[in-house]
Amino acid sequence: MAIGSFLILFILFFFSSLNPILSLYEDQVGLVDWHQQYLGKVKQAVFHTHKTGRKRVVVSTEENVVALLDLRQGEIFWRHVLGSNDVIDGIDIALGKYVITLSSGGSILRAWNLPDGQMVWESSLRGPKHSKSLLLVPTNLKIEKDNIVIIFSNGRLNAVSCIDGEVLWEKDFEGESLEVQQVIQPPGSNLIYVVGFASSSLFEMYQINALNGELLKHESAAFSGGFLGEVSPVFSETVVALDSTGLILLTVSFQNGMISFQQTPISNLVKDSFGPAKIIPSSVTGIFAIKMNAVTIVIRVTDENKLEVVEKTNHETSISDALPISEGQQAFALVQRAGPEIHLRVKLAHNWDDNLLKESVKMDQHRGLVHKIYINNYIRADKSYGFRALIVMEDHSLLLLQQGEIVWSREDGLASIIDVTTSELPVERDGVSVAKVEHNLFEWLKGHMLKLKGTLMLASPQDIAAIQSMRLKNSEKSKMTRDHNGFRKLLIVLTRAGKLFALHTGDGHIVWSYLLQSLQKSKVCQHPIGLNLYKWQVPHHHAMDENPSVLVIGKCGPSSDAPGALSFVDTYTGKELSSLSLVHSVALVIPLPYTDSTEQRLHLLIDADKHAHLYPKTPEAISIFEREFSNIYWYSVEDDNGIIKGHALRGKCTGEVADEVCFDTRELWSIVFPSESEKIIATVTRKLNEVVHTQAKVIADQEVMYKYISRNLLFVATVALKGSGEIGSVTPEESWLVAYLIDTVTGRILHRVTHHGSQGPVHAVFSENWVVYHYFNLKAHRYEMSVIEIYDQSRADNKDVWKLVLGKHNLTSPISLYSRPDVITKSQSYFFTHSVKTIAVTSTTKGITSKQLLIGTIGDQVLALEKRFLDPRRTVNPTQAEKEEGIIPLTDSLPIIPQSYVTHALRVEGLRGIITVPAKLESTTLVFAHGVDLFFTQLAPSRTYDSLTDDFNYALLLITIVALMAAIFLTWTLSERKELQENWR
Amino acid sequence: MEKGKGVLGAGRRWAVDFSDNSTAPSSRDIPDPPGFTRASVDQDDSAVSRQKKDAEANWKAQKAWEVAQAPFKNLLMMGFMMWMAGSTVHLFSIVFEPYKDNKVELLGPKLLFIALNLGGLALGVWKLNTLGLLPTHASDWVSSLSPAQEVEYSGGGIPL
Repeated sequence: MAIGSFLILFILFFFSSLNPILSLYEDQVGLVDWHQQYLGKVKQAVFHTHKTGRKRVVVSTEENVVALLDLRQGEIFWRHVLGSNDVIDGIDIALGKYVITLSSGGSILRAWNLPDGQMVWESSLRGPKHSKSLLLVPTNLKIEKDNIVIIFSNGRLNAVSCIDGEVLWEKDFEGESLEVQQVIQPPGSNLIYVVGFASSSLFEMYQINALNGELLKHESAAFSGGFLGEVSPVFSETVVALDSTGLILLTVSFQNGMISFQQTPISNLVKDSFGPAKIIPSSVTGIFAIKMNAVTIVIRVTDENKLEVVEKTNHETSISDALPISEGQQAFALVQRAGPEIHLRVKLAHNWDDNLLKESVKMDQHRGLVHKIYINNYIRADKSYGFRALIVMEDHSLLLLQQGEIVWSREDGLASIIDVTTSELPVERDGVSVAKVEHNLFEWLKGHMLKLKGTLMLASPQDIAAIQSMRLKNSEKSKMTRDHNGFRKLLIVLTRAGKLFALHTGDGHIVWSYLLQSLQKSKVCQHPIGLNLYKWQVPHHHAMDENPSVLVIGKCGPSSDAPGALSFVDTYTGKELSSLSLVHSVALVIPLPYTDSTEQRLHLLIDADKHAHLYPKTPEAISIFEREFSNIYWYSVEDDNGIIKGHALRGKCTGEVADEVCFDTRELWSIVFPSESEKIIATVTRKLNEVVHTQAKVIADQEVMYKYISRNLLFVATVALKGSGEIGSVTPEESWLVAYLIDTVTGRILHRVTHHGSQGPVHAVFSENWVVYHYFNLKAHRYEMSVIEIYDQSRADNKDVWKLVLGKHNLTSPISLYSRPDVITKSQSYFFTHSVKTIAVTSTTKGITSKQLLIGTIGDQVLALEKRFLDPRRTVNPTQAEKEEGIIPLTDSLPIIPQSYVTHALRVEGLRGIITVPAKLESTTLVFAHGVDLFFTQLAPSRTYDSLTDDFNYALLLITIVALMAAIFLTWTLSERKELQENWR
Repeated sequence: MEKGKGVLGAGRRWAVDFSDNSTAPSSRDIPDPPGFTRASVDQDDSAVSRQKKDAEANWKAQKAWEVAQAPFKNLLMMGFMMWMAGSTVHLFSIVFEPYKDNKVELLGPKLLFIALNLGGLALGVWKLNTLGLLPTHASDWVSSLSPAQEVEYSGGGIPL
């Protein structure tokens, strides 16, 4: 007995000192996790449709993705994410086999092999000054049998060989104020025209020999009216521009080196004026379009440079680039949205009156307007031309239209998620369930037989594959109702396009999507920006019958005083409940910890003038708010000035903005960082909805440490002004990093620590009573992670057991932050191999389960690191008691266990954020990582201790039960028989 | 405790009454064993019955003390077991019922029995304490204490 118990103790200790491995088995991939690949809003598309071979299209997007798509299904053949500091300026296909990309402000030119996406060559292009970047791939212009690519970037014109990326010649355009607008290469000639403006009223034209870069001609002509915006080439030696007032169209012709202007006031073309115009550049010969407010006017330029209006429409119109279809003929497409349909017309450039194609396609209202169109032709069976059109919609989705049908669509808006929140699914009731019932009894039986075979390990490889596909397609996980464990939820995401999507956590399918009207361009709001998502109403208990809803906050324009816009969306139905256009701006949104009787959360919106506005604007909300009025504070971090200010509420607004729900505020405190030595680079707070199970931490020898748990703690990291640049730009002596813990109610600095010779960027995460941050150590040339844990020393005296037993302590009574806190901090630093994009922490429903840090690595993967490794109480030689407590011996660097990559073999390209949501099961947390790709999985940081895991050996259990039953029956009959024999004796 | 039970149980199942036997007429034929004097036995009836009762009472008292002391024998063994590992508590049944008699003073044995069992209990408690299973530390009472509410609330951040 004694030995047995010693053995048990030993085994327990052995397991507690092991690192629980979180890895998956191969057949578990895709059971709970899903991964979706996106591209972002397409900004350029080039078709690659040779007569033979697969039909493909190369696209570049605003997320800096260059990708090759299959034209049949819209699948990705290959994809490269170039990163946010390598913005793509232009793409094209050269020689029919290379994809040429110009990026990084025109300084990097790359060629990718078209079929497989391997990079063939890369050239770096420098130039004298910053300028527009233009990429031109002439079809039949050769220098010594070498096809060339012409690039204008950084004030320099380059001709680059297609074969190896070698710069063949270069020509600088160093004119002080010269702004090159267009580079035109008339097909069939060896000339290049470079046109631009200088000194805002001078039109400059350079004629260059394309073979050697020699300047043939340079002409300039002054136009007193000045120029505005872009130019649109209409013929090879004619461009159209606007004067500086935007009211007169200029046709600039530079034939034979002679520049001539021809002015046409827009009022001559259209009767009623709509204000200043804007040119929509197009590459179609003889056609261009201007836009005045909401009116689009398509104008044809005749051979005598006369302008003719061919179409004037109130509908938003997109014009495709010119598509050469046969010798000397160009086709182009116009697309407009009208109600539930989009109208597509394909015309020949020189023949406006006839349509090559006219189609109407039904289009979901929530895709918005057509932003871009790219066309491509194919030859039908009857030798006539057919056209397919790739269109980019307002919600950033990409669709292929052919023969009046949508062939495929991609929801590429999901590549640019701004904010994420979650919502519960409806409770399962009669008629609510959407679960699919098995087709018939036979299928059902077959499925269960297969499962049984698998359990008893009798399945053949084919059977195993069938079982696996059954597991993956389990209809249970994509049901539209709440489950017992809380694994099924809705992820509500707001995209940059101003569209809300609800994704199902089970398999990632889109449940509903809604293009928010309040975030669409309108007369009052020219540049709407979506900002944040908040949970507005989370019904439970008494308000169960209400549907949950989210609050979407946006504003008009990038300036700080732009008016805000609110929108309330029902998360069950995906319908907008109401929307508000605010008169005030939105600088800060503070969700308050109070809800009204319908479970609507009170939100405080702070405007640029430091007035606080309460939402919802109901008398009930106001009465709740006024009850807590004196306890509500707010702070603002002005990272440009290096000031953190704390404010309190003062009373109802006075002056012209007087409103029932408007409150004045007053400044309470401010922390001013010296601008030379400290610049704020990171701030982080605890998540509002984080649940902490206990305030006490029991350490070895039954000692207790009380965590300092406060919702009002702010972690601030500052660096020396010199050190705020890139890593390695300063010496260790010049750079330091200071970390602060600040109480945001009183402005008290609870802790301050300086890391000498360290530099940002700082990524931090705050949870319970600890903060973990990641930075670069210049002295050690390595990344470091530090942990600060903060403990309340004033509570440490509560050692009287009897007081605790009888509950006569004041440990749980409400405390005021104005009472003087007595805190101690413990901290430790470790080296960490990876650079980090983002850090998050797991959260569970009761906060009992141990925590894991989720680190978004530079390789776009998510690494789970146990918090135990970042425990400031780690020592080199922990005592026996500390070992039993689970303290790991101190090492100088944090281990990276390959199996603990949450994303296993996948990558979340362009990773931006990691969100964790507690499931109902305490052991489990749901993790959603988003960037260009989306990834979702479930994690159990301390393993699933509260439920049987998937790999539980049911077979063994079954066999044991059966064997026991058999044994019971056998022994029973034997004993019966024996008793009988005894009696007969 | 098994031993104690055995003594008791066996004692009640059968009894050999030596005094009764000697007065039975049938036994007169058998010669007395050497060294046996009948004079002491041949007394009047009342004296015989009183003497009989006294003997029984003595025997009972002796037995009671024996039973009361019985756990003592176990204590060492028990202590050793507890020291080794055990943290199971034995249930002592009250065992003095059969010896209940007006004339027998049972208070002493009972007290001793209780005292010794309490000693056993104390040993058990001590064992639990050394194992750290007794909630005697502050840490045992605060480990699931929820964090204190804060009166003030503050929110904010970097302006959007």
